[in-house]
Amino acid sequence: MKVQLKDVHKEFKKEQNQKLQVLDDINFDIKEGEFVSLLGPSGCGKSTILKLIAGLETTTAGEVLVNGKAVNKPGTDRIVVFQEGGLFPWMTVKENVSYGLNLKKMSKTEIEEKTMDGLRMVHLINFADAYPHELSGGMKQRVAIARALVMDPEVLLMDEPFAALDEQTRLVLHKELQNIWRNTGNTILFITHNIREALTLSDRVLLMSTRPGKIKKSFTVQSARPRDPADSVIVDLERRVMAELEVEMEKVLKEEFGDDYSFKTDNLRSSDHRDMGSHI
Amino acid sequence: MIIGIWEVISKLGFFPTFMFPPIIIPNEPGGVTVIGTLIGSIISGQIVTATGTTLVRLLIGFSIAVVLGLTFGFLIARYKWVDDTLGFFVTALQSIPSIVWFPLAIVWFGLGNASILFIVAIGATWTMTVNSSTGFKNVPSIYMDAAKTLGSSGSHLLRTVIIPASVPHIISGLRVAWAFAWRAIMAGELLGSTGGLGYLLDLGRSIQAMDLVLSIMIVIGVIGTIIDNQVFLRMERAVARRYGQTV
Repeated sequence: MKVQLKDVHKEFKKEQNQKLQVLDDINFDIKEGEFVSLLGPSGCGKSTILKLIAGLETTTAGEVLVNGKAVNKPGTDRIVVFQEGGLFPWMTVKENVSYGLNLKKMSKTEIEEKTMDGLRMVHLINFADAYPHELSGGMKQRVAIARALVMDPEVLLMDEPFAALDEQTRLVLHKELQNIWRNTGNTILFITHNIREALTLSDRVLLMSTRPGKIKKSFTVQSARPRDPADSVIVDLERRVMAELEVEMEKVLKEEFGDDYSFKTDNLRSSDHRDMGSHI
Repeated sequence: MIIGIWEVISKLGFFPTFMFPPIIIPNEPGGVTVIGTLIGSIISGQIVTATGTTLVRLLIGFSIAVVLGLTFGFLIARYKWVDDTLGFFVTALQSIPSIVWFPLAIVWFGLGNASILFIVAIGATWTMTVNSSTGFKNVPSIYMDAAKTLGSSGSHLLRTVIIPASVPHIISGLRVAWAFAWRAIMAGELLGSTGGLGYLLDLGRSIQAMDLVLSIMIVIGVIGTIIDNQVFLRMERAVARRYGQTV
């Protein structure tokens, strides 16, 4: 097991001894080379789990193990790709990508080589000397991915990396991420609130429930790669995940707008009459 | 326009010429003009030497203020207890005009360079502290997290992330601090020093040469504007461009 979470609890202290329980009894494993997605409504603690594995936060109870060793601080074996703005605006693309390498004991030529390899992998070799603000949103995320990959991380943690991108760019990056994953064999934990994104990319999708955050269900995506979003397995899974997620969303909405709020009233799914019972 | 009105008032003779000297055209043949005195004293080196003295003092005082301001700012941002004590105190200190410190400075350091430097430094330090602590406090946590996971920590983190991320705040701090220092040094030199533009102003007053006083005022205004526009504004713009912010 590459990553193990054992009975992880996390509370945040609010003012005056009030505590907010964010994560409750989280247990899951990620195998070596596996691509796992964490899916859940916003505010369910997905990003907190990622920060725990990255070592940017500590658990209130339970432990996080990477390669069998307990995590208590950030380390270069676990690299995070953030949603946006994770690049340093005062550095060029090249300087951003080589930032972590400069901290390793490496020769200048080796660093240069690895940086260029990383940029080539994400097709940004021509933008090596540009500053992040000169790039489009999709290019920035490519740089962030390159910056993470050159570190040869044991685990790649991705925190909604494509959430801020437009649909077309996202589809392209999905394809490229799958290629990169196939070529490097990285272990990836991918956080998203986009069901289709999770299903297209991952071997396994962990669905989270909210307040406090728990792992509600695990779906294994047994579909051939490269993935096709129109694949019947994925379409079917998508519906099942959506049904589970709706329950969670209703819970959140009821909490926010009162008990009489109903998400499903007047909302007959148009596909239901054409559904020949494929989900049975 | 303003020069024109000035000339007219001067020539109407309400005031003696020494109190209200003309700027360009002398009131009587061979009489004094501000421009004449300005050019004359630049050629004779009087103003040039004085400007040099003032700028050297200013630069030293300002550098001390910047170093102190950055240090205090960092400590305030880094340690909660420093923020609670010094941070609160700084706000109070900031509202004291620096010249108010002068009597104290004279007693502590005597009349002379040390007192002037003290005034300049104390005038600029607090603004610098406030600005740099704001900058350090507002480093986006995403940069810190990214750098930490990439293996950075301690002084490397400070050098490569915390300081660059606060540069925009620091530069606007420098600009305001410079303005404070510039005012402080004039006040200080006027009250008690030898050499420097402020001293020359005081000399002009005591020999009742308003032409000299006015020409020094022009020099002060010009130097202040040049430094603000050419040095700090440019620096601000250059940083904004590189960081991809719109000004």
